[in-house]
Amino acid sequence: MTEIDLDSVSIRELNQALHDLKPDTNQTHWKARNPRGKHALAVGLEVPVTIEIDGHVGYYCGGMNKEASIVINGQCGWGVGENIMSGTIRVKGNASESAAASGHGGLVIIEGDASSRCGISMKGVDIVVLGSVGHMSAFMGQSGRLVVLGDADEDLGSSLYEAEIYVRGNVASLGADCEEKEMTEEHRAALGELLARAEVDVDPASFKRFGSARKLYHFHVDHADAY
Amino acid sequence: MTVDPRSLRASATFPPEVIHEIQRASDEGIYDIRGFGAKRRLPSFDDLVFLGASMSRYPLEGYRERCDTDVVLGTRFAKKPLHLKIPVTIAGMSFGSLGPHAKTAIGKAATAMGTTSTTGDGGMSEEERSSSSTLVYQVLPSRYGLNPDDLRRADAIEIVVGQGAKPGGGGMLLGLKMNPRVAKMRDLPPGVDQRSASRHPDWTGPDDLAIKIQEIREITDWEKPIYIKIGATRTQYDTALAVKSGADVIVLDGMQGGTAATQHVFIEHVGIPTLPAVRLAAEQLREMDMHRKVQLIVSGGIRNGADAAKALALGADAVSIGTAALIALGCNRPAYESDYEALGTRPGFCHHCHTGKCPVGVTTQDPALEARLDPERDARRLRNFLSVMVMEMQTIARACGKSHLLNLEPEDLAALTVEAAAMARLPLAGTTWIPGS
Ligand code: SF4
Repeated sequence: MTEIDLDSVSIRELNQALHDLKPDTNQTHWKARNPRGKHALAVGLEVPVTIEIDGHVGYYCGGMNKEASIVINGQCGWGVGENIMSGTIRVKGNASESAAASGHGGLVIIEGDASSRCGISMKGVDIVVLGSVGHMSAFMGQSGRLVVLGDADEDLGSSLYEAEIYVRGNVASLGADCEEKEMTEEHRAALGELLARAEVDVDPASFKRFGSARKLYHFHVDHADAY
Repeated sequence: MTVDPRSLRASATFPPEVIHEIQRASDEGIYDIRGFGAKRRLPSFDDLVFLGASMSRYPLEGYRERCDTDVVLGTRFAKKPLHLKIPVTIAGMSFGSLGPHAKTAIGKAATAMGTTSTTGDGGMSEEERSSSSTLVYQVLPSRYGLNPDDLRRADAIEIVVGQGAKPGGGGMLLGLKMNPRVAKMRDLPPGVDQRSASRHPDWTGPDDLAIKIQEIREITDWEKPIYIKIGATRTQYDTALAVKSGADVIVLDGMQGGTAATQHVFIEHVGIPTLPAVRLAAEQLREMDMHRKVQLIVSGGIRNGADAAKALALGADAVSIGTAALIALGCNRPAYESDYEALGTRPGFCHHCHTGKCPVGVTTQDPALEARLDPERDARRLRNFLSVMVMEMQTIARACGKSHLLNLEPEDLAALTVEAAAMARLPLAGTTWIPGS
């Protein structure tokens, strides 16, 4: 275990040390203390190491992650795991706006609530929120899955492309071109597999599924009020 | 019965093209989406002239005395600033709006001239990375194809806040151009009419952008210059905020800037022309003591060495060309006339990039049309054009007694119209009058 005290080591030094790791490094477990809300922690990682951050982090923690497994023992600011490509990010607390924005792959688990625009512009990432999500979550989501165990606030899945949304609680309202879809056996099985990966023990049958109505895929005069 | 032509009274308010557009809108029920840039007459660099040397200043000898052209971009924070041989770069254009041949030709020409080309909305294609030795990678609101590997293999990073053709608007690519390769790069269903976001997904104001830039610098170990691209609107404030957000370079795109697909109403009616925008940005940078420390790249309707030299004299460090580069590659060239006609246009009038049926193979994904663009031949044409632009700039600079293009200054210029004098804050030719001063 490599321990870092962010009171004495700068963000730059930590990120550089993590970027300098080779894929076969034997420094596979890192722990950083005293993040004190600092931004851009553990961003741009490319190797399969685990880094645990004890405390609250600022914006963009774990941004553009590849391969690494990041655990945040605290709350996090905007854009946690933004544009994640692969690997896993687990937030033990709540996440602010735009969690996993434009994520291309990997898995982001938020054990608390996520604020608005969770999964905005998502492109393949899987997001599992154990609490609730704020308004406009999965806005323009292109692919991947947003799974919410709690409630979803207004305009869920607005202007959705092919991302899939699963919600267990209440949905305040659906956004433009988002509709409830049939939950087939296949969906239940795939969701069950994702929940197991996220280490969440709930029945996949208790979720509703939402997706794109695909009415905005082509410009048309009769959809003018949605543009 | 014949009509006496003298009895036909045209309406200035409803000329034929306005009547046509109203009837097109009523037939189709959708706004007009098109390519190219603003087509109406605007105050421009044509409304300025250089004063040249005479008794009070002396010129440099053409071909004998040096007039240097190099420029360094990204000196503020980046560990690896870009050293360009010429102050003319190629603007961001997406792979998707442009085909691979066009991207290759642009990359080769830029490399040969010692300058940069730029990716666009849709990610980095192999063709542009391998052909362009110095490549600027755009980070756009849509984030299509954005990934840390391409961020790391780029030479500079351009965060696009807006573009001159549509400040406040997002990208568009009509389904006709959304072929399987383009759709895969953007992670979209093939054939959809794609509209991308107009705001970034993970930051809103300049305070957030400063943190976003910090993140990108961290990911790339503070090596790459970071540009912020803005469409010209409230340019004095945007310039100040871009500096405050931590930009190394500001790319300022005036309303004449081109587009592959945007609503006509947006192209013609939103944003301010390049001429006042350059002056506003340069003035703001000087006021903040940041002129030449944060470099200013100006684009939007730059067509020749004279335009570029005037932008530099007003305070830009470099210019960027998009539409002019495509024209050098063959856009609107008089050939394949029946194909232009099939689109309902003629060479010289075409703005049909949005259709994907570019008659000369520039803005198309159709292999048969694309074959009309020969990457070697057309790279040579673009290279020639860039050379001519630089020689024209040197001609002007020498005539003004300057041994470097960046030594051109506002004092070298006069305005021909009251509008241009007011917008550029230059004296109206033959007077000492600067409107508003
Ligand atoms: S010739 Fe091609 S590039 Fe030029 S305006 Fe027409 S479609 Fe666009």
